[in-house]
Amino acid sequence: MTYETVEHAQQHPELEQPYAELGLKDDEYERITSILGRRPTDTELAMYSVMWSEHCSYKSSKVHLRQFGSKAPATPSHGVGALLVGMGENAGVVDVGDGFAVTFKVESHNHPSYVEPYQGAATGVGGIVRDILTMGARPIAVMDSLRFGAVDNPDTKRLVGGVVAGVGGYGNCLGLPNIGGEVAFDPTYNGNPLVNALCVGVMPTDRIQLARAEGAGNQVVLFGAKTGRDGIGGVSVLASATFDETSSAKRPSVQVGDPFTEKILIECCLELFDRGLVTGIQDLGGAGLSCATSETASHGGSGMRIALDRVPLREPSMSPLEVITSESQERMLAIVQPDDVAEVLATCERWGVLATVIGEVTGDDDDRVGRLVITWHGDVVVDVPPASLADEGPVYERPIQQPREQVALQADSSARLSRPSSGHDLRETVLRLAASPNLCSRRWVTEQYDRYVLGATVLAMPHDAGAVRLDDRHARGIALALDGNGRFARLDPYAGAQLALAESYRNVSMAGARPVAVTNCLNFGSPEDPEVMWQFAEATRGLADGCLALGIPVTGGNVSFYNQTGATAINPTPVVGVLGVLEDVTRRIPSGFRSEGDVILVVGDPADELDGSEWAWTIHGHLGGTPPTPRLDAERRLSEFMQRAAEESLINSAHDVSDGGLAHALVEASVMHGIGAQVGIAGDPFVALFTETTARAVITCADADVDRVLTLLAEADLGVARLGRCGGAELGVDGLFSLPIHELRTAYDATLPTLFG
Amino acid sequence: MTARIGVVTFPGSLDDRDALRAVQVAGGEPVALWHGDHDLKKVDAVVLPGGFSYGDYLRCGAIARFAAVMTEVIAAANRGLPVLGICNGFQVLCESHLLPGALIRNSGLHFTCVDQRLRVESTTTSWTAEYAAGSEIVIPVKNGEGQYVADDRTLDELEAEGRVVFRYIGANPNGSRRDIAGICNETRNVVGLMPHPEHAIDALTGPGTDGLGMFVSALKALVAQ
Repeated sequence: MTYETVEHAQQHPELEQPYAELGLKDDEYERITSILGRRPTDTELAMYSVMWSEHCSYKSSKVHLRQFGSKAPATPSHGVGALLVGMGENAGVVDVGDGFAVTFKVESHNHPSYVEPYQGAATGVGGIVRDILTMGARPIAVMDSLRFGAVDNPDTKRLVGGVVAGVGGYGNCLGLPNIGGEVAFDPTYNGNPLVNALCVGVMPTDRIQLARAEGAGNQVVLFGAKTGRDGIGGVSVLASATFDETSSAKRPSVQVGDPFTEKILIECCLELFDRGLVTGIQDLGGAGLSCATSETASHGGSGMRIALDRVPLREPSMSPLEVITSESQERMLAIVQPDDVAEVLATCERWGVLATVIGEVTGDDDDRVGRLVITWHGDVVVDVPPASLADEGPVYERPIQQPREQVALQADSSARLSRPSSGHDLRETVLRLAASPNLCSRRWVTEQYDRYVLGATVLAMPHDAGAVRLDDRHARGIALALDGNGRFARLDPYAGAQLALAESYRNVSMAGARPVAVTNCLNFGSPEDPEVMWQFAEATRGLADGCLALGIPVTGGNVSFYNQTGATAINPTPVVGVLGVLEDVTRRIPSGFRSEGDVILVVGDPADELDGSEWAWTIHGHLGGTPPTPRLDAERRLSEFMQRAAEESLINSAHDVSDGGLAHALVEASVMHGIGAQVGIAGDPFVALFTETTARAVITCADADVDRVLTLLAEADLGVARLGRCGGAELGVDGLFSLPIHELRTAYDATLPTLFG
Repeated sequence: MTARIGVVTFPGSLDDRDALRAVQVAGGEPVALWHGDHDLKKVDAVVLPGGFSYGDYLRCGAIARFAAVMTEVIAAANRGLPVLGICNGFQVLCESHLLPGALIRNSGLHFTCVDQRLRVESTTTSWTAEYAAGSEIVIPVKNGEGQYVADDRTLDELEAEGRVVFRYIGANPNGSRRDIAGICNETRNVVGLMPHPEHAIDALTGPGTDGLGMFVSALKALVAQ
């Protein structure tokens, strides 16, 4: 094993460094030498390459993400909706009332999941769970947003099977209910699936932890799994470069997950937090120890001295470079006061968790501010300012250019496509959409996930939102939804991001919850392509403006660039998660029809908006025109109406109208409990059934409550049409067609098992 | 007057808190038991909960059976203490030879989580006296390795002695022999089943309340003693 000391680097400035192979540009390398006043050692170079990678440094996205702060809506200074921790930490924290704080975040694991679907997806869940744990919270639920290539692409079956098993395998074994998410198929994701995992956690408001190393003399404790060679350079090799045919050779860069160790780590950490034994904590995710040591030191304004040879290794032959960049999973770094070290080590031992003191926090020397100094058997191999790694990486204003095809794409409206008009043709269209890969039942996927564990799930798939109760003593709960639409974002990234936000916001509102915060995962192609950067700039601007209009802040998120194979980028795909608060989980509103005889109302004002719709895509393979108009003001009024209706227990079911239009909303609401409906529609039946105009919902209530519901809708200035009644074994549309529920269910349920079972 | 029911937490147990809650909702006094202790804390009955004890990287339950607490559970069960093994707990009971047979990978090869219809086949165990014989109940089943297998002689014996306690109705979720979802030992104090009664104690968080009867059954019998 070889390694290089700082002294050696000083004495041999002439030796060529492989910075380009590690993904650093010429000017970035020059900047490193000017920060250090010398060339870096091999270990330092590896640390800069991972910390300055796109994945860790956000160097291309930072200038755009700032809008989430500069345009952030005002939030309450205290009480429900108050922001206790904003962006910049591992995850934002929101006050949800009754002394509870909730933290949530979504993150991508796209490239690892393509290379090794099971482990890539599993460690995606594991990573986001540790982010939530790091804030001091007990993780209480997960969700996943999955996008795969076309169902007939030869590689799709491998990816679907592996990713779904990986998400389930990790989450199930960790004991976290999976309460929702989405699955979509589109050839744009051939060769580049999107695996976005969300976790939510809860804690008492006074238990929030921060990733800070403060107080010279405090000890640095590494605990959890041993460090191995898995995942070395994952963030620079996998997450920050475009894929090509040699991608399978990158398999060693994918981490391997051990959910059992993570489960023990969670319980151990929560005990440490409860007993106030740590002053700062950080998980080891992308960039491993490089990130955890430099970030905690930088954010605490401290230095740190690490004896790297103390790190417990799986393979004793590892070099310091490998140890500092390893992305082995299930590890945490704690900052502990010297008097508490014995207690921390004893607690870890009780849980069977390996814990080792690997260094200490340092202050400023006479002539220089705190440094991150790393030794290997006494030799100094790293001596750098921690902020230069963690917070002062390069920031780029990448060139932006509207895609050349954008104007032609928007001009190519779906209006030229032939539309069904007869009852028979409309009926066939409903059936074909119900069975289409993007709209069919997700049961084959969601039945592989445990939704019951922890005993607090009050809504899960296939309801619009997932919802969990926060503890047994309170009725308070939270609702969550996670949505995206790559086709809409391709047609108009500004509107597309707002439409994803609006759908997620609407889904949470359908449950009767009050939306309070937003997380996002921005999946795009290469930032070095000006046309991709235009999409990114438009989407972030749209999302920031949308959050301002809806009055809920972005509290955290993740950017995933380089989602492309060769020169072709994926459809820009912002995925948006919205967190809502349910004052009383017993008043949550489910999505399916529940009672025979209930009155069915459809809220909202439909227009002819079929560009980018599921109908245009599934029936005609067409993508063009302009997506539906985001109607954020109406969404807000719809949400407020739903909250009021839930409070007064007026509504028996509510299902939003989105992909597939009113027709598909009725199909899903009927199939859920096998309760049919007879409805009458006004105007052009095709438009009424299939348009995807936003800010709409199908709601049901008892006869006795109709007047009150209509009054509230009028007060909210929302349009409404009385559709008909629930009941019977058929979904019938007056004068047009009738579909037996069993026929619908067969079409709806069979698709995914047939394709992937 | 009520009874104390202990719930064992192994490293990797997941439904232990749910089982403790179920005991409480049924009116019992829940007692947390730790895998590393040779101590049952004088409980009147024991539940081995669901989860992935020790990660279940070997055979499910194969390591848990050697936990310190299991020495006490096995001895007490042989003396007649009511013991209920749910999912991973059922696997542990089979590995401990308190129940015959074994649980192997689901026939469909996937982890499966569904609301499952069951028929209560025996009401003469420590955990099922509250149910009507032959009644149908719905409780969640969720497992990757829940396919109950045993040789035909054992299966015939179980049937002949009325020791098949629950049977799957409708679709068999995991390929279990003779649709067996749960069984008991010869003295009928030890019951193991793959479905999760602790997830069906409140219509708010489960498919209904059909699971509560198992905990109530044990408590009533214990209090009556």
